[in-house]
Amino acid sequence: MKVGVVTFPGTLDDRDAQRAVRLAGHEPVALWHRDHDLQGVDAIVLPGGFSYGDYLRAGAIAALSPIMTEVVDAAKRGVPVLGICNGFQMLAEAKLLPGGLVRNATGLFVRRDQRLTVERTSTPWTNGFEPGQEIVIPLKNGEGRFVSTKTELERIEGEGLVAFRYAGRNPNGSMDDIAGVSNAAGNVVGLMPHPEHAVELGFGPDTSARMRSGLDGLTIFALALESVAA
Amino acid sequence: MPLIVVDVMPKAEILDPQGKAVTRALTRLGHEAVGQVRIGKRFELTVDGEVTDELLGRIRTVAEDVLANTVIEDVVGIHVEEQA
Repeated sequence: MKVGVVTFPGTLDDRDAQRAVRLAGHEPVALWHRDHDLQGVDAIVLPGGFSYGDYLRAGAIAALSPIMTEVVDAAKRGVPVLGICNGFQMLAEAKLLPGGLVRNATGLFVRRDQRLTVERTSTPWTNGFEPGQEIVIPLKNGEGRFVSTKTELERIEGEGLVAFRYAGRNPNGSMDDIAGVSNAAGNVVGLMPHPEHAVELGFGPDTSARMRSGLDGLTIFALALESVAA
Repeated sequence: MPLIVVDVMPKAEILDPQGKAVTRALTRLGHEAVGQVRIGKRFELTVDGEVTDELLGRIRTVAEDVLANTVIEDVVGIHVEEQA
């Protein structure tokens, strides 16, 4: 499967995401923010970083990029779209996902290997997990606090749109410990932690077996074909 | 050239860590009279020609669609100032 990874000015983790796609058995396709061409990809990843220096709001300017017209159309057609960290912020700014991401409650940038609970497995990005499964992938951001109005939060919870929740200590004050959400159809998923940094021995989080051996992120990039067709 | 000012604030129910940090600093300096500080944004837009209702309508759309994210912020004011 061809998986497009969009690079914006200030994107940092595009090549990590491309590598994760490759390690998961798919073909990464580099996409450029100023193009109006998705090059026929089957799925899209908006990677992490600090597009436009987080000017205005994190992800806000990138969400207005030329290629986002096509990304929004594709998302509405059911093409799987994954937003990681800054990519999640873009999807929220583009209103493809509910809620918003604001500065961490502590005011601090947080970098840690983060335990998560997978809440929704009926998405192409999470169907390789068991509901309630606990995973560990790196978290690194300053504006990762998920917020929403009370009524919107009730809708998100009521419709089961929470994809990932922080397990253990909530690192940033996110409402309901939300680390990632999905759209109603499930093809669009955004999360603040970084699955692309937990795909290769020697580089992932520590596990009880071995240092830096956590590969939990690989399951997200596996993108089982049957789930996409469904 | 006229200047249009757009003021944006974080929604009241959303914690403003910046404002909280400033509040704490003011308390430390002995300004107990200040109860709470919240920090927002001021946008200054210069426009060519006359400020019509139609133009102000378009500015309001820009303010709510781009300058603010109404999921987390409110546009609290739009007014016209003469540029110095």
